[in-house]
Amino acid sequence: MTQKNRLQSGGRIDRSKALTFTYNGKEYKGFEGDTLASAMLANGIDVIGRSFKYSRPRGIVAAGAEEPNAVMQLGATEATQVPNVRATQQELFDGLVSGATNGWPSVDNDLMGVVGKVGGKMMPPGFYYKTFMYPQSMWETYEKFIRKAAGLGRSSLENDPDSYEKINQHCDVLVVGAGPAGLTAALTAGRAGARVILADEQSEFGGSLLSSRETLDGAEASQWVEKVTAELAGMKEVMLLPRSTVNGYHDHNFLTIHQRNTDHISDKAPAGQARQTLHRVRAKWVVLATGAHERPLVYGNNDVPGCMIASAVSTYINRYGVVPGNELVVMTTNDGGYQAAFDWQDAGRKVVAIVDTRQNPQGAQVAEASKRGINLIKGSGVIDVAGSKRVTGVSIATLNAEGTAVQGSVTKLSADTVATSGGWSPVIHLAGHTGSRPVWDDKVVGFLPGPTVEKRLVAGAIAGDFTTAGALAQGAEAGRKALAELGLGQAEIELPATEEVVVHPPMTLFQIPHLKKTSEAPKQFVDYQNDVTAAGIELACREGFESIEHVKRYTALGFGTDQGKLGNIAGMAIAAKATGRTIPETGTTIFRPNYTPVTFGAMVGRDRGELFDPKRYTAMHKWHVENGALFEDVGQWKRPWYFPKAGETMQQSLDRECKATRESIGILDASTLGKIDIQGKDAREFLGRVYTNAWAKLAVGKCRYGLMCGEDGMVFDDGVTSCLGENHFVMTTTSGGAARVYEWLELYHQTEWPDLEVYFNTVTDHWSTMTISGPNARKLLQELTDYDVSKENLGFMDWREMKVAGVPARVFRISFTGELSFEINVQANFGLQVWEKLFEHGAKYNLTPYGTETMHILRAEKGFIIAGQDTDGSVHPYDLGMGWAVSQQKPFSFIGKRGMAREDCVRENRKQLVGLKTTDPTIVLPEGAQGVFDPKAPIPMPMVGHITSSYWSANLGHSIAMGLVKGGLDRMGEKVYYPLADGRVVEAEICSPIFLDPKGERQNV
Amino acid sequence: MLHIYCPHCCEYREEEEFHVKGQAHLARPLDPEACSDKEWGEYLYFRKNPRGLHHELWVHAAGCRKFFNVTRDTVSYEIKEVYLIGEKPSVVAASVSAK
Amino acid sequence: MQHYSGFGLIKHSLSHHENWQRAWRNPTPKKKYDVIVIGGGGHGLATAYYLAKEFGVTNVAVIEKGYLGGGNTARNTTIVRSNYLWDEAAHLYEHAMKLWEGLSQDLNYNVMFSQRGVLNLGHTLQDMRDIQRRVNANRLNGIDGEVLDAKQVQELVPHMDCSANTRYPVLGASWQPRAGVARHDAVAWGYARGADAHGVDLIQQTAVTDLIIEDGACVGVKTDRYGEIRADRVGSVVAGNSSVIAAMGGFELPLESHPLQALVSEPIKPILDTVVMSNHVHGYVSQSDKGDLVIGAGIDGYNGYGQRGSFPTIEHTLQAIVELFPIFSRVRMNRQWGGVVDTCPDACPILSETPVKNLFFNCGWGTGGFKATPGSGHVFAASLAKGEMHPLAKPFSMFRFHNGALVDEHGAAGVAH
Repeated sequence: MTQKNRLQSGGRIDRSKALTFTYNGKEYKGFEGDTLASAMLANGIDVIGRSFKYSRPRGIVAAGAEEPNAVMQLGATEATQVPNVRATQQELFDGLVSGATNGWPSVDNDLMGVVGKVGGKMMPPGFYYKTFMYPQSMWETYEKFIRKAAGLGRSSLENDPDSYEKINQHCDVLVVGAGPAGLTAALTAGRAGARVILADEQSEFGGSLLSSRETLDGAEASQWVEKVTAELAGMKEVMLLPRSTVNGYHDHNFLTIHQRNTDHISDKAPAGQARQTLHRVRAKWVVLATGAHERPLVYGNNDVPGCMIASAVSTYINRYGVVPGNELVVMTTNDGGYQAAFDWQDAGRKVVAIVDTRQNPQGAQVAEASKRGINLIKGSGVIDVAGSKRVTGVSIATLNAEGTAVQGSVTKLSADTVATSGGWSPVIHLAGHTGSRPVWDDKVVGFLPGPTVEKRLVAGAIAGDFTTAGALAQGAEAGRKALAELGLGQAEIELPATEEVVVHPPMTLFQIPHLKKTSEAPKQFVDYQNDVTAAGIELACREGFESIEHVKRYTALGFGTDQGKLGNIAGMAIAAKATGRTIPETGTTIFRPNYTPVTFGAMVGRDRGELFDPKRYTAMHKWHVENGALFEDVGQWKRPWYFPKAGETMQQSLDRECKATRESIGILDASTLGKIDIQGKDAREFLGRVYTNAWAKLAVGKCRYGLMCGEDGMVFDDGVTSCLGENHFVMTTTSGGAARVYEWLELYHQTEWPDLEVYFNTVTDHWSTMTISGPNARKLLQELTDYDVSKENLGFMDWREMKVAGVPARVFRISFTGELSFEINVQANFGLQVWEKLFEHGAKYNLTPYGTETMHILRAEKGFIIAGQDTDGSVHPYDLGMGWAVSQQKPFSFIGKRGMAREDCVRENRKQLVGLKTTDPTIVLPEGAQGVFDPKAPIPMPMVGHITSSYWSANLGHSIAMGLVKGGLDRMGEKVYYPLADGRVVEAEICSPIFLDPKGERQNV
Repeated sequence: MLHIYCPHCCEYREEEEFHVKGQAHLARPLDPEACSDKEWGEYLYFRKNPRGLHHELWVHAAGCRKFFNVTRDTVSYEIKEVYLIGEKPSVVAASVSAK
Repeated sequence: MQHYSGFGLIKHSLSHHENWQRAWRNPTPKKKYDVIVIGGGGHGLATAYYLAKEFGVTNVAVIEKGYLGGGNTARNTTIVRSNYLWDEAAHLYEHAMKLWEGLSQDLNYNVMFSQRGVLNLGHTLQDMRDIQRRVNANRLNGIDGEVLDAKQVQELVPHMDCSANTRYPVLGASWQPRAGVARHDAVAWGYARGADAHGVDLIQQTAVTDLIIEDGACVGVKTDRYGEIRADRVGSVVAGNSSVIAAMGGFELPLESHPLQALVSEPIKPILDTVVMSNHVHGYVSQSDKGDLVIGAGIDGYNGYGQRGSFPTIEHTLQAIVELFPIFSRVRMNRQWGGVVDTCPDACPILSETPVKNLFFNCGWGTGGFKATPGSGHVFAASLAKGEMHPLAKPFSMFRFHNGALVDEHGAAGVAH
């Protein structure tokens, strides 16, 4: 029979729009307006999953975000799989494919359930800490079995076909929750013209009003909801966000809203639409109108399918036209639970009994029950239910006045559904995210939001007022208060007339006692998802886990995907009782984002793949690509690594590039080097303070290499700075270090030496830099410029302005290769044009492009360092043998001077950078190899330093290396041994790091 | 995410635009050579790190690139004031534990 | 102490688990102890345990302002590894690793130490140079490790995107097979139970409000609940709150306390067997025995004691994870949280004497403290017992920041902690 539990009429579903969905491979029907849960209940599906630890059959308990059991696998295709979707929150759509997340071979006939039944007694909380220890070697085997049972749903194994987006929002008032309180808050603020965002997790606004039969202004409440929503929708400054859960409340009123744009249409977003949107909201004021969750009572076998919370029963009947069973027993500690029985009866099904734990309940609900002829059993509780895959009956016993013990005999009644109400817990999660501690309220029998530094208001059930009238009034009041705080004037709204409700005092009761002690009674579940029982909590307390945080961690209470929305308070109450304390004495819980789970994709937005991190290209990038370059990531830059030709190995390419440069001419795109323009009358003084060497006498037209250290004296960047004018310099930095150096300069200028008149501007991207290097470099450059670039007119370490290929250029005669070399800088938009011109003219010289790898080899042949490769934050200039770049004579104590004079920096035997020549010249030492003086020493071997740079030098015909060696500068000619991972021990001799042209004759031409 | 008022731009901007640079008012010794290793080490590394009111240096890195000071509570994360380099904080901890 | 075993579970199930002993007592403190340990986190409890068990000092109190193991022990992502670059750090963490191997049996408490291996990914040529350097150093220090290329990484982690098409392709990784994860709470509880069994008093819900200093020596502490409690030696093991205790002693430390955030997904079926860390794309992930993806990244830049950080840090972390594992895009994030980590300028801890006599500090573990818990406790216990720092602790004196002898794991290792 299809939809055997569906009513002929009523509810907010559209019976004219039938939808087909699949659960565990079988097709079912539902209607538009259903959730997956309501459709499953309509079809009489009782078992929707198996519990985590004991593999017990589980059914749907609730109707919203608090549902612990109905956690489903969703997705029609591999790529669209979504694990752990709550059926109570998933709107039904045609073609929806769902499945249970646990159960083998099937959720109805689960073999693990046998293990759970037999082994359950041996699996109290913390059992795994007490076993699987012996023998030590077996743990990995045990763990394999434990892991097999892990997890609920599964991840897709294919890439996500959908996209996600983020939007930054700013508003005057963010109202969270569009129930009666949220609606009046938003309406009040909206009428005054405030920028309002109203967000609600459900598909339509109305909150509790959607599933209640209360009237407003004498009509169905939904009519009032429609009217208010329509007015809000017409307001220009109001943004309405249904299907949008406010999941995180962060500092300074920053909140995140997770909006599901298409999950109600399909498991794959329609083309061109983002599946979900994450709103990042900065709100001047926040009104939390998040409502309350009904607490189920804790009693024996309360997890058997058919056990539900009372308000959920009403919701399924009133909102979805579904009666989730035939014979109902209601158990309640308060007036609220009665409504489920009335709704059930009105739906035409049998109410077996209302069991009220109060000794002498009074009032309208009691009178109504009696008027309806319902069997009202007072001062009693359901202590146990019968059935395994569905409730078949209940055991009812009389309780003492405090509800702590069973008195008298047990009555057994037949029933298939048990609806319980243990009172309401305000939904205070968001209120606690920024560190505010909740406060227990005895009257509310729940925690209320605590004091906060945030600009936050609360209204309605979250504030402990569970009536509709209270919610409406508090919402409007919160709206007015926000307006006043914002100085946005005043606005009034008319509140609708509500039915008069006189609430009689509830009983504070969480756990229904059993005839047996809790430890011996049938399992009484507190946290369904994690199989946490009352007995488990008592055991934890007995074992000394007394703080509520210990209880939670020991038992896993509240650690599920529902984060304990149903069970936490009952769990705390049971722990409090077990330790003889009150609930607040037991400790409060801390709530953390997210309120409900958020898709990784939505958290990531567009910042993945290509957009994970920006790519920076030089102006000549296109040319590099066309000419077959392979690229290296340097910071965000894509730099050509080398330019292989067809059939070449990498080493062959490098050999060719290196030789061409030393024999004729090579060209490097050096545009990525950081460039900082420095101006001002104190620019020179400033340079002298941040560099280790002297700058006072650098003339206009001259360039100088400089080392930059931290206050600790350790090298952190280097580069050439050129004097453009008396008060004007351009500094170059490493490619990766540009931003850091720039901020460093500003830091010192703004905080330490604001008296210096100097200005910095980062100009890296303004310039394209192409370095031509090799014996024919001058000839080539001269062909493209009218300026005389002869040795006499443009000496080593000079720079000049000139036109190159008709374009204004700065040409620096500096060299990182040891060859005659010119760095041509032109405005970036001319870069490619000049580059191509160089190739036009350079063909006859075999002008050869090279990348970072050849650059590294050529500079290593000359012993030049690369900051960040040959240095690591623990070496100072003297360690590098670069004392020549440190001026101890400068009047100002430059940055690094004092640091490098500390005791440990001037001691003997520091690691120093030296050259290393392998005894076998064909062996290229791996970079990162660690050296020892005694290769026969036992492990741990005393290490003396590592190889920082190492290459095959085609020009020299042997390998070359640089590395740090303890006391290396005083050990020239001594041997160091490098024991490699493959077992080889490579012998090398300490030498000068300058392998080629030690006198610098090649560049000095 | 913190919401920070840049005293140079005169606007509240998101924390993502700023870099925090640690404890404020760490003056570089005027004569480093006169410092002992201990004194230099303390300048370099030792910090107040209070639980509660803290004066710290921020830079509007993705904005005006200007540095400024912030007095912030390191527990509640409330920003009590922002003030310019060279200025003194007006909100200070009631009692400084000095022993 | 009641012995835990599978047989015991069966036996106790017959009496409905009514007769399990308390894991530890809830004692009222004495007036005077030989040693007071401030801080009942993993390191403090391990210190007390080893003091009593290995060094015969049983007249010990641990004073904890909240509940045992409630600080960073309860908030970290449980990664255990010892593949540090510098000898000093490597020896300390390897000392811890050796204690991890066998800790469950030593404590008779299953801390679920799972040696499923840790990968530190390299995405740039410099990353790979650094990895080579570190793995070579590890090898010569007797610590297991190898350098893997992208293909080998792919074999170990079949679901990670190791293709060349990503923004920062995986070029390779370092791989420490003996590394892994452990059940963080169980570590604190196991040490607490063991310490208690050896007579240590665990004083919970009691805050130290001041140090008692007489003639330049620390002779005890003042507490909010029990007034003065005296001791011959006091060890502070309070992680993020170390600067607060130091201020009571009248000195500063080279520390900043930062928020460190982490997050978990909803539990999913097993899909990731190893721990994957990437410093370059900035995130790390493992999967717990319950099925959660346990995810973390770096600290928030500002000082913060609020046990929470800023949202963009979480966003960036998940960007990194989805960049590495695009298939996780539809998995959902369940919960995030934060701890307070005390970071040192050289990313190494402080195990040290202080300017106050008989006052010792164990702090500065930054983001890497959990993995060191047994070693930290053992070495600190030895130091407190003797009144002089253990040889493995000596390089980690707070005074290294005076003479410049830093152990700079930050600058050199290029590894997320």
